[in-house]
Amino acid sequence: MNARTLAPRLWLALLTALFPPLTALAGEGPFIILQSTTSTQNSGLYEAILPQFTATTGIEVRVVAVGTGQALRNARNCDGDVVIVHARAAEEAFVAAGYGLERHNLMYNDFVIVGPGDDPAGVAGAGSAAEALRAIARARAPFASRGDDSGTHKKEMALWAAAGLDPLAASGAWYRETGSGMGATLNAAVGMRAYALTDRATWISFANKDDFRILFEGDPALFNQYGIIMANPANCPDVKAEAARRFIGWMLSEAGQRAIAAYRMGGQQLFYPNAEEQGQDH
Amino acid sequence: MSEGFAQAFRMIAGLDRELFEIILLSIRVSFTAVLLALLVALPFAAVLAVGRFPGRRGLIVLVNAMMGLPPVVVGLALYLLFSRSGPLGVLELLYTPTAMIIAQMVLVIPIVTAISRQVIADMHAEYDEMLRTLGASRIQMLGTVLWEARSALMTVALAGLGRALSEVGAVMIVGGNINHVTRVMTTAVALETSRGNLGLALALGLILLVLSLLVNTAVALLRSEWREAAHA
Repeated sequence: MNARTLAPRLWLALLTALFPPLTALAGEGPFIILQSTTSTQNSGLYEAILPQFTATTGIEVRVVAVGTGQALRNARNCDGDVVIVHARAAEEAFVAAGYGLERHNLMYNDFVIVGPGDDPAGVAGAGSAAEALRAIARARAPFASRGDDSGTHKKEMALWAAAGLDPLAASGAWYRETGSGMGATLNAAVGMRAYALTDRATWISFANKDDFRILFEGDPALFNQYGIIMANPANCPDVKAEAARRFIGWMLSEAGQRAIAAYRMGGQQLFYPNAEEQGQDH
Repeated sequence: MSEGFAQAFRMIAGLDRELFEIILLSIRVSFTAVLLALLVALPFAAVLAVGRFPGRRGLIVLVNAMMGLPPVVVGLALYLLFSRSGPLGVLELLYTPTAMIIAQMVLVIPIVTAISRQVIADMHAEYDEMLRTLGASRIQMLGTVLWEARSALMTVALAGLGRALSEVGAVMIVGGNINHVTRVMTTAVALETSRGNLGLALALGLILLVLSLLVNTAVALLRSEWREAAHA
């Protein structure tokens, strides 16, 4: 076959293969949109447990992973049926304002402070999270902040406040706001040899650690509670209420909670289900 | 790093379903966007090139400036438009491939319009007198000019395709990077990077490059076909 006859055929094959009718792109089957955090997506949790829910109910769950602040804003704009986020005060405000129905505890893990292996600020010996942050500020050691109004960012700001420090005064100097997701911020931290606050799940599943390690953990102030909320049909009439209820019901059920507990990476459990502890505050 | 490449290679060799789903969606979205953009942009470019009407110069400057539209701003504007609480919310386009196609069209149309306007204008200046002597009508003239410019216009289309395939900011916002639904090559690269899987992310980028190479090879073949036909 010479190039003369080959080229038009190639071209035709290319066109037909690459330009299917637009209808082929349209969705099918029942689905809900879950607005959630980068930390839960980056850890691979949803890819592990959502297929189990879909298998039992036939409902597909489409996850949009953004920061907690943006997830709540998107849901407020009626662009999500359910949210799973981790910033209790913001969640309760979301419900109180009528954007969401009841908030449930779903699962927890904790935040950790990671940093370069040689720990130039001496964070490892700190007695509390506040003390660890004070050590970083005192050494003017680089610190990479999410700076994006996410749950992790809100927690970080609360910890600085508890330490009696205002890191924003050093913004651009040793305090660096990446304005990005958890993984992107960890990449930046590793690149700048900066300390960072991260949820444990993202850290365990993060593959670009270099010599970075967990330098501080265990302070009760580092508790990280995830909540699940359904968008309020009174605010958003198009919410897929029935499917959303079934999803939340399953996540809080024994099957859902068992699936969360069973998700492991490198032999480590990433999330601890605690749906039974409704109303309890940590 | 090499672990990531090894993983990518295993995925290709093993015809990994998810990987091919992502590649196929990238191709579908970007090709559809570019073809639809051409349908809008080429007539528009022809009008801008040979038409004579007030405001034409201003329009040309505007189109040229739109080539610099930041994808993330286009994504945000379309999000506000397609959000359920936005003016076009009833269409339920947010987080669908259709929304991604529209976003890429918005990014591709100015590039294709601006460059093909220049191509058509130059070609028109060259052929104008001759075609006029032959007594060609305006439409015939334009048809001839477009056909003679086909090779250059193909390059314009390729530039548009490059913009569409490589763009991440807009499709991330209006598509949502949803697994099996709106995840394309660029958003997958962003996700794997944020997971710290830098090798895999880079390998996905290389696959995108190979894809672009294949398309450009096909176009080069088509061009040589035209050249042979012209000399026959």
